[in-house]
Amino acid sequence: MLRDLGFELAGGEALVVLGPNGAGKSTLLRVLAGLVRPAAGTLLWNGADALADLGEHARRLAYVGHQDAVKPGLSAAENLGFVQRLGGGSIADALAALGLAELADLPARMLSAGQRRRLALARLALSSAPLWLLDEPTSGLDGASVAALGELLARHCGLGGMVVAATHVALPLPRAAELRLG
Amino acid sequence: MRAFAALLKRELRLSVRHGTDTVAALLFFVVAGALFPLAIGPAPETLGRLAPGIVWVCALLAALLPLDRLFGADFDDGSLDQLLLSGLPAGAVALAKASTHWLVTGLPLMLAAGPLAIMLRIAPAALPVLLAGLLPGTLALSLLGTAGAAMVLGARRGGVLLPLLVLPLSVPVLIFGAAAADAAAAGLSPRPHLLLLCAVLAVALPLSPIAAGAALRSAAE
Repeated sequence: MLRDLGFELAGGEALVVLGPNGAGKSTLLRVLAGLVRPAAGTLLWNGADALADLGEHARRLAYVGHQDAVKPGLSAAENLGFVQRLGGGSIADALAALGLAELADLPARMLSAGQRRRLALARLALSSAPLWLLDEPTSGLDGASVAALGELLARHCGLGGMVVAATHVALPLPRAAELRLG
Repeated sequence: MRAFAALLKRELRLSVRHGTDTVAALLFFVVAGALFPLAIGPAPETLGRLAPGIVWVCALLAALLPLDRLFGADFDDGSLDQLLLSGLPAGAVALAKASTHWLVTGLPLMLAAGPLAIMLRIAPAALPVLLAGLLPGTLALSLLGTAGAAMVLGARRGGVLLPLLVLPLSVPVLIFGAAAADAAAAGLSPRPHLLLLCAVLAVALPLSPIAAGAALRSAAE
């Protein structure tokens, strides 16, 4: 699916992966996350094989897939509890960053699709991982939420973090490089 | 260890919120056990002789009930990816799931086994041995079931495949568990059977999470 593909990303940089449906955007993100092992090729982190130790690689990244990974039986705040215990940070601040502060105690089954997407993205605000991998992060988001996401991503890149986002719409990242697939 | 404890806490919270799984397994266990006196007759000597086997078979089948949801919901909603990227080894994720399954299914079944066995007129000497055997036995069933649930994850007709995979693996647990109670009822020492049951658990404890972890990684691909 992915051939003759190579790119480098340094701290503070963002890469937007563009392409039609089926071009391999999600697969590329899953390879970068270590969820899918590439049949050929290498993924390097500071010059060393990133996939040699999947546990260590996992601690370097935060991944928001095209599914929200939100548990309907838990409240919005409880959905972030596991990530918070792993990475620290404030759940209230993370929810506030995506405009969900008032919905903290609401069961996630009562959230709209856009709110569930924002809850999935709120995991990023709790993560101290340098690499963020986002699969269609703006799916279902309104304009204000896209702007809030843009602020979150810009802050992360400003602190030296890296973002790779697969999308087929423009992301609010003014200095992002583009990679076209398919 | 902190991440494992956090995952266990999350899984237990989710299980408590979906308490119907535990209730369904318990009800199945009791109802299935109560059917035997209706089918084979209420004669105390016949029932008492068959009671350990009936309890073990019903416990095994009841423990299977929630297994197809063990990873299925996480697989469907994308949570499995998050768990595999939590920094925990995939085997530890599987071990947390197996522990949750035992706490919300195996342990309640163990507690319900006493009244059911008494209702089935089990020999008084066999009852404590039956319960002692159920401790390692249900733990082993949770581990084997977790491995089976991970292996059929993403497969078509996984719910049908799961018992076909887990039931044969559970045969040693069934044999040694029932044999221990039978031995106690016959005035023999149940110790060899209980030790063999513990040996099954000792083998399943490291191997099942490893196998389940590999299966989870494969399913995520």
